[in-house]
Amino acid sequence: MKEKLAKIRQEAIEKIKNVSSMESLNELKVAYLGKKGQMTEVLKGMKDVDASERPLIGQMVNDTRNEIENCFEEMRSSLESAILEARLKTEVIDVTLPGKAKDLGHEHPCSLILSEVEDIFIGMGYEVVSGPEVEYDYYNFEALNIPANHPAKDEQDTFYINNDILLRTQTSSVQIHQMEKGVLPIRMIAPGRVFRADEVDATHSPCFHQIEGLVVDKGITFADLKGTLDEFAKRFFGPDTRTKFRPHHFPFTEPSAEVDVSCFKCGGKGCRFCKGEGWIEILGCGMVHPHVLEMVGIDPNEYSGFAFGMGLERLTLLKCEIDDMRLLYENDSRFLKQF
Amino acid sequence: MNASLSWIKAYVPDLTAGYQEFRDAMTLSGTKVEGFTQFDKDLDKIVIGQIDKIEKHPDADKLLICQVNLGDENVQIVTGASNVFEGAKIPVVKDGGKVAGGHDGKMTEGGITIKAGKLRGIDSYGMMCSIEELGSTREMYPDAAENGIYILPDDAEIGADAIEYLGLHDANYEFEITSNRVDCYSVLGIAREAAATFRLPFHGIEPKIEKTIEDIHDYLEVEVEDPDLCPRYTCMMVKNIRLAPSPMWLQRRLASNGIRPINNVVDITNYVMEEFGQPMHAFDYDTIHGHKIIVKRANDGDLFVTLDGQERKLDKDILMINDAERPIGIAGIMGGEDSKITDDVQTLVFESACFDGTNNRLSAKRLGMRTDASGKYEKGLDPNNALPALIRACQLIEELDAGDVVGGTIDIYPDPVEEKQILFDPERINAYLGTDIDEETQLSFFPPLEIKYDPSTRMLTIPTFRQDLLRGADIAEEVARFYGYDNIPSTLPDSEEMSGRLTRGFVVQNKIRETMRAYGYSEAMTFSFESPKVFDKLHLVADDPHRNAITISNPLGEDYSIMRTSLINGMLTSLAINYNRRNKTAALYELSNIYLPKALPLTELPDERMTLCFGFYGDGDFFDLKGTMEEVLTRLGLKMSRDYVADGSIAFLHPGRQAKVMIKGGREQIGYLGEVHPQVSKTYGINGKAYVAQVDAQALYEYANFDKKYKEIPKYPAVTRDLSMVMDKSIPAGEIENVIAKCGGKLIESYSLFDVYEGERIGENKKSLAYNLVFRAKDRTLEDKDVNPVIDKIIEKLKEKNIELRS
Repeated sequence: MKEKLAKIRQEAIEKIKNVSSMESLNELKVAYLGKKGQMTEVLKGMKDVDASERPLIGQMVNDTRNEIENCFEEMRSSLESAILEARLKTEVIDVTLPGKAKDLGHEHPCSLILSEVEDIFIGMGYEVVSGPEVEYDYYNFEALNIPANHPAKDEQDTFYINNDILLRTQTSSVQIHQMEKGVLPIRMIAPGRVFRADEVDATHSPCFHQIEGLVVDKGITFADLKGTLDEFAKRFFGPDTRTKFRPHHFPFTEPSAEVDVSCFKCGGKGCRFCKGEGWIEILGCGMVHPHVLEMVGIDPNEYSGFAFGMGLERLTLLKCEIDDMRLLYENDSRFLKQF
Repeated sequence: MNASLSWIKAYVPDLTAGYQEFRDAMTLSGTKVEGFTQFDKDLDKIVIGQIDKIEKHPDADKLLICQVNLGDENVQIVTGASNVFEGAKIPVVKDGGKVAGGHDGKMTEGGITIKAGKLRGIDSYGMMCSIEELGSTREMYPDAAENGIYILPDDAEIGADAIEYLGLHDANYEFEITSNRVDCYSVLGIAREAAATFRLPFHGIEPKIEKTIEDIHDYLEVEVEDPDLCPRYTCMMVKNIRLAPSPMWLQRRLASNGIRPINNVVDITNYVMEEFGQPMHAFDYDTIHGHKIIVKRANDGDLFVTLDGQERKLDKDILMINDAERPIGIAGIMGGEDSKITDDVQTLVFESACFDGTNNRLSAKRLGMRTDASGKYEKGLDPNNALPALIRACQLIEELDAGDVVGGTIDIYPDPVEEKQILFDPERINAYLGTDIDEETQLSFFPPLEIKYDPSTRMLTIPTFRQDLLRGADIAEEVARFYGYDNIPSTLPDSEEMSGRLTRGFVVQNKIRETMRAYGYSEAMTFSFESPKVFDKLHLVADDPHRNAITISNPLGEDYSIMRTSLINGMLTSLAINYNRRNKTAALYELSNIYLPKALPLTELPDERMTLCFGFYGDGDFFDLKGTMEEVLTRLGLKMSRDYVADGSIAFLHPGRQAKVMIKGGREQIGYLGEVHPQVSKTYGINGKAYVAQVDAQALYEYANFDKKYKEIPKYPAVTRDLSMVMDKSIPAGEIENVIAKCGGKLIESYSLFDVYEGERIGENKKSLAYNLVFRAKDRTLEDKDVNPVIDKIIEKLKEKNIELRS
């Protein structure tokens, strides 16, 4: 029995070690350890072994079985490693092939820029509000200190529905709505569509967007207006941006200013982008005219405020370097997919 | 407004700023310079010379050899010009100097450098110049020769700087004047701003006349019948007119402002218009019937021939200048053919008036004739400027000896404009600007502006030409402008901390945008107005509510004449542009307002509804569209169930492939979707299937719910069953789903369609739908005995609806 076991052991281990595939290994396993395998046969022969020797032989059988099993296990594991290694070798890919893109949609460049502007002002404590696009003459003109017969009211600039109702020409009308609510202080921006009777060309559109800003509180100064817009310009165009405030005239602000920013392409040295000026005009602003405050029932002796308005399309064309405004309204996928 | 620096300096003699410095400083104090033309930019080393001797060139018939005295040297110059003669004084560009262009008037950027050289073998040390080579024209320098060297007047000093002599060391500035600064449409007004900007004294002018003959009142009578349109009317007369060219200084000054000199009388009116910003009209006295001027409104339908020979149709809102018998001019716009000044004029009447700006502007617009004069009047001139300007014109007549000024002035000015008083409050100004400018500095800005200050009352007296200064804030602006906006500090409002936010509408919009992008739709933007023809393009029936659109009374044309009532046309147009440009696919969305009138014609503001529209062509079908619709509503957290009702009622969609999206058990429609009707796609130029959907985003503001609650992740496994059913084609899948949902009770977790089959195997007009059902309990593992009764119930209920299990 002993000899038989030793022989099986030796034979088995030898065969296992010479195996080269998982299939032949499994076959061997069946041949030795399976239900009809040699080791099972040995166990069957245990009944013929002398009772006194049985514990010893039993022990030997178990040891041999364990040894063969371990051997199998070792071999299986090394075969598996080899197979895996071989597979990995065949699975090499060309990582320079292009990635697979999901066809996500794109934001309109104007929306992209609007979000940037909104984020900046929300960060400074402004609420984002809206107002009607079809508007009463009063809100678009009269309440903004633009009386009847003002040249700006000329039909050629404003689309009228009838004598009292028009398409707003400026988001400044939202200032009046917001102030009429009577809740002070106010810090708001109001983005929205505006309309002017301009024929469509590379720099004009009869329908475009403005972003209005309004702050009303006690003790608001022109210096606050400067600081606020300077901060906006730095966050929007970059930290090295400088601003230049030039006196201007708007009927609903006093003093009024136009604001230029140092050209963000050349840093102010003058280039083709800023037409050699080094500066680019971006918005109009001023202190809310005391008469405008009076008309909405806010006492200009107690409160003051500032307002500003900028063209969203202008900011978008500038920042995205788009050279023709018409592209914004054609909605060509090849254009939109760039943003 | 244009003005030359030399003319401005006439009133601010201490001004020494360079061209660029002047431009920058003026812009920063509020008189924005759009640009400037520097006359001597490309001129260098040009002096006045005199030709001593002329000989013929031995080898060239058309060339002359000139010996020229340049004062400190004598040089030989060969010229091709034929108008030179011995003794002529001429501009000479010396060796190494520069001229602006060729004698043909073509300018060369950077100028042309002239070097000594040989012409047909003869040495030439420079060039004699024509006016064109000096960068100007005979229009501006009428005394310059045509096609030849500019022969200078005798007073030209040999060896002197010819550029200086011709007044070309100068630049013409183009200023952008804002509508509130009527006073700056004059050289005097600009000069006042310049003086204040550079903190220099301003030397205005007080015109007066030395000698007059007779009295105007013996010659002329004036009556203003409509003083509401003519606050002031002044006249003076000049007899014995002696027409002649203006003196050089006046010609040069007009030329520097880009105005062509003509003759002394015309030049004077032009000069005063520039200097004072006051238009002036001259009538030939002998053509004024009855020697009487009447200012009154025209009658509707009157006809009048203006001095350009055109017949104009008048109306009762147009103010006319009449004589005793007939109109002789349209007030402040243009004079009449019959009374215009001719070369035979003996006696003329100068009119200097103030007309109502608005009336003038509207009249000029109705007549379609905006003239130099109306361009000034329409801004609303200062009536107190009219008389000084008139006297200035007569002063120049006297100075130029262009005639004899008649004594006296006719001045009809019933309601003189008074100077305003504004309290000077330096602390308030500082508090408003956020500055700390001392009182003395603030006061120093006023004298050049001719604003007077009385320390005893602390009142500022505002000259009447400053119609824009009405209250303290306006004074603050003056202080800010001349202190320099740049010098005002930059601070942030230090009011109580406020928290910024998007209002709810914008939050919902952003969520929608996010979902649309995730589903591959790019954002489009289209105009808010469109053509009324779109209704027919969309096959809308005559009484379709979409046709109730607001009409713009003065549109840019029919294509932009109504406010859109849906976004569909914009979407189809955008898709068509893509299709037309051969983009294989396009998927777009627009989130924008539509305009729904409450009643027409409009008496109150319309309902502006934020609306979502999305559409595509090229890749996908109805169910992709529907999937997107579902996702939008799900992402907005819409709790209520949606029904898709297919009644085929939307005219521009495929009758069998469209649905209305209903909520609240079918009581409220929030949108629709479908395949575009093939005829409609074709009309728009899309050959192939296109899909569109529209949703009332505004309604979703209310229904959206961003409150998210955690639901326990299931611990126990699910039991899944597949059911395959056969039914008539006409039975919608929704029926099956209703049954599954209802019978599934608590145990059904989800169900989904995984196969649709139509074909021979199940018979004509039949279809087979296969659903995968998932059952799960929260508290235990489900067994067959739990699920089987549910399945049985579902099958039984489906049978009642003639839906059979597929065998």
